[in-house]
Amino acid sequence: MAAGPMKMRANLGSGFTDVRVLMTHPMETGLRKDPDGKIVPQHFIQNLTVKVNGKTVIDAQISQAVSRNPVFSFRLKGGAKGDKIEVSWLDNHGESAAIEAAVA
Amino acid sequence: MNPLRRTLVSLLALAIAKPLAALAAWNKEAFSAKTPGDALKGLGIGNAAPSKDLQIEAPEIAENGAVVPIEISSAIAGTSSLIVMIEKNPFPLTARFDFKEGALPFVKLNVKMGETSDVRVLAEAAGKYYTATKEIKVTIGGCGG
Repeated sequence: MAAGPMKMRANLGSGFTDVRVLMTHPMETGLRKDPDGKIVPQHFIQNLTVKVNGKTVIDAQISQAVSRNPVFSFRLKGGAKGDKIEVSWLDNHGESAAIEAAVA
Repeated sequence: MNPLRRTLVSLLALAIAKPLAALAAWNKEAFSAKTPGDALKGLGIGNAAPSKDLQIEAPEIAENGAVVPIEISSAIAGTSSLIVMIEKNPFPLTARFDFKEGALPFVKLNVKMGETSDVRVLAEAAGKYYTATKEIKVTIGGCGG
């Protein structure tokens, strides 16, 4: 399975903005074998960045122990409808993806 | 694709990839550590004080080790980082989140667990470290696939 598109929604909660983001990624540990008994090489997201209106608010480093097709929930202080949230990732192969959504 | 276009495309790809790579720091030493102690060393963490202000919401028993939901949050003032370690996984360090102004020290994620283990959460606040653990029992491991 290759890396693919992302999905995100950002909603105003009480006093915070709730951001939920889904990434399509195999998150291969390098420990799994394919049906032919060959080791499937490591392929996993290493870096994750969350930006609000262009400003970085969360920087994360993750390992291959994060589940396949990672889903993260974050909370941002305050927030307003229309704030622009951007989430991007970078994996150990140098592949990357990003998604943008407005707070609803 | 003609050669000129190919060169332009690869140059463009480089131009995009370069800044991303420069921005992204990934603590290889800590993430490659095979024991929680070595992972802590790799992160530069000496002492961490047990704290009840670190919350770990997770199932007591995870039926599927490939997808174990964990929600962590800190009520310690000035929390700037949250770190997740699954002590008995082959590589314990699982994630490190650095929160800047504008983010709350909260995250929910799904992790893989090879076997029943303590999940350790560490928080950094004003240069000090705090920690809490929760045991999650795993009936079917999730590291082999």
